[in-house]
Amino acid sequence: MPGDIQTQAVAALAGLPTDPGVAKPDPVLVANAVVRRFGGLTAVDVEHAEFQRGAITALIGPNGAGKSTFFNLLSGFDKADNGNWTYNGVEVSNTAPHKLARKGMVRTFQLTKSLSRMTVMDNMRLGATDQTGENMLLSILPFTWRAQEKEVTRRATELLERFNLAAKADDFAGSLSGGQRKLLEMARALMLQPELIMLDEPMAGVNPALKQSLLDHIRDIREEGTTVVFVEHDMDMVRDVSDWVVVMAQGQIIAEGTPTSVMGDQRVIDAYLGAHHDQQLTATGEALTEGKQA
Amino acid sequence: MDIAFVLTQAITQAIGVTAIIYLLATMGLNIQFGYTGLLNFGQIAFVAVGSYGIGVFVIYRGWSLWASILVALVLSVILSLILGVPTLRLRADYLAIVTIATGEIMRLATKSLDPLGGSQGISGKMGDDFYALNPFPEQDRFEFGPLNFSRNDLWVVVVGWVVIALLLLLTWALMRSPWGRILKGIREDEDAVRSLGKSTYLRKMQALVLGGLFGTLAGIFWAVAKQSVQPDSFVPDFTFFCYTILILGGAARVLGPVLGAIIFWFLLVFIEQFLILLVQGGTITFLSTTQIGPIRFILVGVGLMLLMIFRPQGILGDRKEIRLDAR
Amino acid sequence: MHRGATRLVLLVLGAFVALFALSGVANAADPSVTAVVTDADKTPIPGVAVSVTSADGFSGTGTTDDEGVATVLVPASGKYIVTVDEATVPDGQSIKDGPERTVNVLTGDKKVFFPVGSGDGDGGGDTGGSSITLSRVLQLVVDGIILSLLIALAALGLNLIFGTTGLTNFAHGELLTLGAFTTLVLNAPPIGLNIFIAAPLGVLLSALLWGWGQNQLIWRPLRRRQTGLIAAMIVTIGMAIAIRYTLLLFFGGAPRSYEQFAGQPGVEIGPVFITPKSMVLSTIAVVVLIATVLWLRNSRIGKATRAVSDNPALASASGVNVERVIAVVWILGAGLAAYSGVFLGMTQNVIWTMGQYLLLVLFASVVLGGLGTIGGAIVGAFVVGITVQLSTLIVPTELKTAAALALMILLLLVRPQGLLGRPERVG
Repeated sequence: MPGDIQTQAVAALAGLPTDPGVAKPDPVLVANAVVRRFGGLTAVDVEHAEFQRGAITALIGPNGAGKSTFFNLLSGFDKADNGNWTYNGVEVSNTAPHKLARKGMVRTFQLTKSLSRMTVMDNMRLGATDQTGENMLLSILPFTWRAQEKEVTRRATELLERFNLAAKADDFAGSLSGGQRKLLEMARALMLQPELIMLDEPMAGVNPALKQSLLDHIRDIREEGTTVVFVEHDMDMVRDVSDWVVVMAQGQIIAEGTPTSVMGDQRVIDAYLGAHHDQQLTATGEALTEGKQA
Repeated sequence: MDIAFVLTQAITQAIGVTAIIYLLATMGLNIQFGYTGLLNFGQIAFVAVGSYGIGVFVIYRGWSLWASILVALVLSVILSLILGVPTLRLRADYLAIVTIATGEIMRLATKSLDPLGGSQGISGKMGDDFYALNPFPEQDRFEFGPLNFSRNDLWVVVVGWVVIALLLLLTWALMRSPWGRILKGIREDEDAVRSLGKSTYLRKMQALVLGGLFGTLAGIFWAVAKQSVQPDSFVPDFTFFCYTILILGGAARVLGPVLGAIIFWFLLVFIEQFLILLVQGGTITFLSTTQIGPIRFILVGVGLMLLMIFRPQGILGDRKEIRLDAR
Repeated sequence: MHRGATRLVLLVLGAFVALFALSGVANAADPSVTAVVTDADKTPIPGVAVSVTSADGFSGTGTTDDEGVATVLVPASGKYIVTVDEATVPDGQSIKDGPERTVNVLTGDKKVFFPVGSGDGDGGGDTGGSSITLSRVLQLVVDGIILSLLIALAALGLNLIFGTTGLTNFAHGELLTLGAFTTLVLNAPPIGLNIFIAAPLGVLLSALLWGWGQNQLIWRPLRRRQTGLIAAMIVTIGMAIAIRYTLLLFFGGAPRSYEQFAGQPGVEIGPVFITPKSMVLSTIAVVVLIATVLWLRNSRIGKATRAVSDNPALASASGVNVERVIAVVWILGAGLAAYSGVFLGMTQNVIWTMGQYLLLVLFASVVLGGLGTIGGAIVGAFVVGITVQLSTLIVPTELKTAAALALMILLLLVRPQGLLGRPERVG
């Protein structure tokens, strides 16, 4: 029944205070005193954060606020100098990223990591977990994994159809457009049947036409029971899709709340206006970076 | 000496012992570099483990060849672990530096330590157990058209190519499996693979071990075919020749190394012999025959540069694939 | 693509023509063989009988003069066997690596070195560990410092290039070799410039030709084509092989030395022996290193260099001309490496493999110190240089390089970012 889980999540979050690190009724991910320093710079210093199960939570903040770094820490791709966090009540602060992914906490990246010289289908198949044929010794005995491979391919085909990529299944992933790569990365993450999906700037570099379909996909993912946390710059999108917004600035969480309450929050306005200059500058810097890498 | 002789020489080399040794080592690199993206610049270290394993255990310890082969393969796995543990969690160039360094350490060590043969190396009938199995009739030479092999050479070459065929089959089976898919994923983007719940460290180690074993087989084959192990054969340039072969044929293609090795050795020997012919015939007067040796290395070096710049996908590569390679 | 191809072909052709021309003038004299006999302190030994024979029946003899040198004219280019009569060497000492050498004489003079092994220090290949005396340790530390300076010069360039472009340059050793050979061409007849002029000129020429020229002809176009770093790394390997064997082709495989100060005797300072040329060269090296570090720290372009190393995109966005910085780094890197090559060529000799053998030691230094860091290159160089020399107290001399490489691998286990490196930022 579409909308059901959304209704529940909105109800659960309604009326919560908007202080940073506020407790949620049913958190899937809880972080405590997480600190990451680069030389003299403290990139992340989060005292407490909870992410509600079944909700779509947006992590916003001016550039350099530490959102992506916080993501990298939580997903195990970077090592925190301090702090711990639990996933489903189990501490996972020192868990390797691939183990976290297998536990159902899957992430995507800001700069898409599509595996260029592999076909779109192989990208998808790679996402399936617990494949017998991934064992080196069993891999040379095709009869041990052929049936599973068929099932994986079937699931992949379904997802590709849903994400409008079925026609590209046999093309190299590197030949896709930027937006298509974002879609592929999201579809590939869904191959793991995640419980919590963390999207790092899913809209960056995506054309407006595709944005709407990406938003719909994010809503669908949640309706299937997956919790969504995403980092985003695009405020329209944040307002459109998220149930709860966490605002970071200078490595710390400065405010939380529903989209409407956060947009009016003085702390948030200060953080953005105070960083207005910076925002302009770094936006140019980013454009250049991307130009170089393209 | 005439052009027919030059051609015969080139063809003999292109399918002969040298090509087989380089091909085996390159097939290992194909697994490591071609499929997994691991920069092993010290494949020669694995080759040396094979050759010295045979030399030391057969000649100095008097073990049977078969037991020595087993020991050499075990040592090869241990070497992979030693190389992999400190480097496989680091950026790609660290593995490159550590492997090339290990190759040199081994060359220097074998050269200066007498229990490993010292600067004289090890010579002796280390391949006897193998040659005793030779099924070909007792006769001096075997002729196939212009080609002509001694009885032992023929046996070595035939077994060499049979082993290669089997290993190619193994490579093909591995690389079309989900395991091979993970390796290719690691080559493209290791973090993406990790985010999909796969342990990349384990697979990189497996690829390193497997590719190393191929290199060790090359070394074993070398010792058996030449019945002698010389420390100065194990120079870093060996590995770089293998890279040239791999990129020439096409990396991440099962048959890439085969095509690469055959063409590489054919061209190298053909050019060398042809130049000698010209110098001796007086057509070229500004070179002496001793200067032709360096020329072939120059050709390899320039060839590797040009290939890497203009056709990094090699002969078997896919045009479409390489357009994506602007990493 | 087409333009790149033309450029590359032009480069290769140009290099060949240049070297042909250079080697032509360098080797114009009649073929001859010169034997140089010195003792362990590089002091020349006079009165030693030397004979030269060839397979086709030629035979000639000579006796070393006060400079330890005996020259025998040979009829034509080809293979000759040079033998020292060990009975004529004083005190019953023997020649290191045996009294016989087979050499390949092309045109001009071929120098053959016969160092006399005095039984201690760098004598045989045996473990020297039998007698660890204070004076020996001091001597090795001094030798180690000299080696460290030599490594630091080259490693600094290697690290700067890595820092600004991300390129792991496996042909950096050849920059050193090319520097030594460029100076050799200027120094040897017929150009015959005194080493005091030839060396600075050679370093300058190398910086321009092999540094700026290389960047301009190969790396700049490749950056434009967006060739990947791994592909570029393999290109450097091909280039290293090509350069090395081109030098072998034109200059031959025997070690050569500069015209001046070849057999300079050492002087005793307290318990250690050192040659005056080593002292002068080391002093210059220290000055050059300090000047370079200060320049990187204080000058505008130096600061820009560090900015590019830190974050090329950001530097470019803040108005730094990244391409210009990279060009400067190549010029500087090649110049430093060339001086290192001349240093090595003057204290030992000039040979086509000199850079190749130093390359791994260079890598060990930068990895130990921290890949891409300026201070790291220098600190790493000292750790490696002194380790290499001191290791001969316990391991055979041939294994001294292996000791440094093993040290590097061990350090990677505990501190992968190197001594001065910072842990890498992920994501």
